[in-house]
Amino acid sequence: MIEELRHKARELLEKGQVELVIGYGAGSDPTRTMPVFIRRPEDCDHLVWNKYCYNNLTSYLTWPELKTAGKRAVVCKGCDAKAIVVLCKENRIEREEVVVIGMSCEGVGEPLFGKCEFCDVRTPKTCDIQIGATLPPLSKDNLFEDVRQLEAGNAAERWEFWRRQFSRCIKCYACRQACPLCYCTQCIVERNQPQWIATSSHPKGNFAWNVVRALHLAGRCIGCGECERVCPSNIPLMLANKKLAQVVKEQFGYESGYDIDEPLPMASFMPDDSDELFK
Amino acid sequence: MAENEWKPKIIAFVCNWCTYAGADLAGTSRLKYDVNVRVIKLPCTGRIDPLFIIKAFEQGADGVLVSGCHPGDCHYTSGNYHARRRWIVFSELLRFFGIPEDRVQFAWVSAAEGAKWATLVNEVVAKVRQLGPFTAYRELETTEVLS
Repeated sequence: MIEELRHKARELLEKGQVELVIGYGAGSDPTRTMPVFIRRPEDCDHLVWNKYCYNNLTSYLTWPELKTAGKRAVVCKGCDAKAIVVLCKENRIEREEVVVIGMSCEGVGEPLFGKCEFCDVRTPKTCDIQIGATLPPLSKDNLFEDVRQLEAGNAAERWEFWRRQFSRCIKCYACRQACPLCYCTQCIVERNQPQWIATSSHPKGNFAWNVVRALHLAGRCIGCGECERVCPSNIPLMLANKKLAQVVKEQFGYESGYDIDEPLPMASFMPDDSDELFK
Repeated sequence: MAENEWKPKIIAFVCNWCTYAGADLAGTSRLKYDVNVRVIKLPCTGRIDPLFIIKAFEQGADGVLVSGCHPGDCHYTSGNYHARRRWIVFSELLRFFGIPEDRVQFAWVSAAEGAKWATLVNEVVAKVRQLGPFTAYRELETTEVLS
């Protein structure tokens, strides 16, 4: 697979089909990889592919300094490629300006990441070049099991759970930086007139921040799990993201990252949306 | 009512065109309802950012009421439809994070429903009174970092 990947990347650069290839390169030790940005065909041998290719490289597509780089190719796992769909729908990128090199993926991480157990995109659905054999999707039946488990408790228990989790937040915003869909040039936490969210990392501000972070991804989160992976305090951020994905799926019948033509759920509405909540 | 009895603080975010006019009607009709509600008028329910609710709790609210035009009656055609989707998602998130459901109430009150507004406020105040002060949220400010 690695040779195939390098070959394709080289070909893209040699033929001038892209100006830049964003992929994984060897990291500081064999269990790490790091993003590499390749402009010359001869550098394509730096590309690697293994189970340590965690990063969602589509985050770089919205970087202003890379937007001017011309046409770009990006190495994607199936989960990462879902972000391409959302970014296109939100007019952050043009589908034509990005060549998606989709890797067939049997899961990353050691031990295997939780998200990989329920992966239905082991072969990327959105890609221009597929590398590796087509793999059958895995069942998503138990995807929301951890959400259900937490919901089995009462409100006070959930409050205590999240209070403890969020109290560890150090407001480093790594979750935001790693997220391919958190691309606002001025984030709400950086707005200080008025100051919506307290900047110091005390539990009150942490709660507000985490509510907002999760909410802004409602109907958008593609479940790549980068936020949770990069969190230095190991806050189970995906649990909140999954809860919202579950609500959006149940209420609006929408799953993020699959259909490029379907309207965005939080930017559209149906006159017959549920009125149950309202008196 | 005893002088030193705890009075719940309810913040109501209402739209200018329906609920605010409805509350106005309740007033001109001389309807009596609980005085614990502080009304904040906005152009439309679509203008109400979920952060407003978070901010209200941060600033000491014990309960929040959000109300606007009935679906189909929005002054701006579709503001309340968008708001409805947002509140469906947001209320589930709050519930998931452990904020009691009765602390946040969503409603549609039209300009002709002064009586509905009065009953609604009474209901919300009664529910929040039962829950007591929202100290859990306010304690966030004073709690030490746990691991």
